[in-house]
Amino acid sequence: MEYSSLHRQLATMKKSFFDQGFLDEQFFQIEELQDDVSPNFVEEVVTLFFKDSLRLMGNIDHALEKFPQDFDRLDSLIHQLKGSASSIGAAKMKNECTVFRDFCDKENQEGCIRSFQKVKKEHACLRQKLENYFQLLRQVGPVAKATRSGN
Amino acid sequence: MASSRGGDGERQIHVLAVDDSSVDRAMIAKLLRSSKYKVTAVDSGKKALELLGLEPNVNMIITDYWMPEMTGFELLKIVKESSELRQIPVVIMSSENVPSRINRCLEEGAEDFLLKPVRPSDVSRLCSRMR
Repeated sequence: MEYSSLHRQLATMKKSFFDQGFLDEQFFQIEELQDDVSPNFVEEVVTLFFKDSLRLMGNIDHALEKFPQDFDRLDSLIHQLKGSASSIGAAKMKNECTVFRDFCDKENQEGCIRSFQKVKKEHACLRQKLENYFQLLRQVGPVAKATRSGN
Repeated sequence: MASSRGGDGERQIHVLAVDDSSVDRAMIAKLLRSSKYKVTAVDSGKKALELLGLEPNVNMIITDYWMPEMTGFELLKIVKESSELRQIPVVIMSSENVPSRINRCLEEGAEDFLLKPVRPSDVSRLCSRMR
């Protein structure tokens, strides 16, 4: 009973991520890769993403402080961040990176600073949501295994 | 001693994956391992060449295009100019769909060019291209 309720909560949570545009189908692709050999693959990849993206965002913060601005370097950093976001299906974050990159292409410093704030906001939001999701998933996990082995 | 005799005696295919992004490295390695390939994943062209120098029994190289210090294109050129390595098929991955870039890579001898995010169907397609 407890198991199905948690399971439903998980499903609802995940559905909301997609409905609200936080995640796209690339996230499904990652889930498809999870198997008995790598039973925590999704969480591992997401953890890698947040570690990597925090580092990149730190570098971008640093780069934005420079005067005159090195827009080529900034572009390279945004490209990496956007690529990572795309790889895990972080749709909103990817879209904000696109806007950021456009300002960078136009060498618009103010636009860059503003749009980067939005990138950071989406990043923080997604991180919170996925942390909650994995916390819940961990509760369901062992129960799911027990159910399977009962067959 | 394990021997590859018995069964159909097939040697496991070894793919060298090169990508500076830890996320993308994890993804491509998993995709390839799910297809039962042996995978070595490194984060730079320089490390890829070091590995190839030590262990030339690599059936395919799959590399990201944009990497600091040495791009995937530069790695491709070095491999194709090397008498020991030129037979190894090289596949380039990129998150950007730039036709001139794709053509340049194919002209330089790339086996294929994949757009990121890479899908299982992309990996299946590569199967027939392994050395």
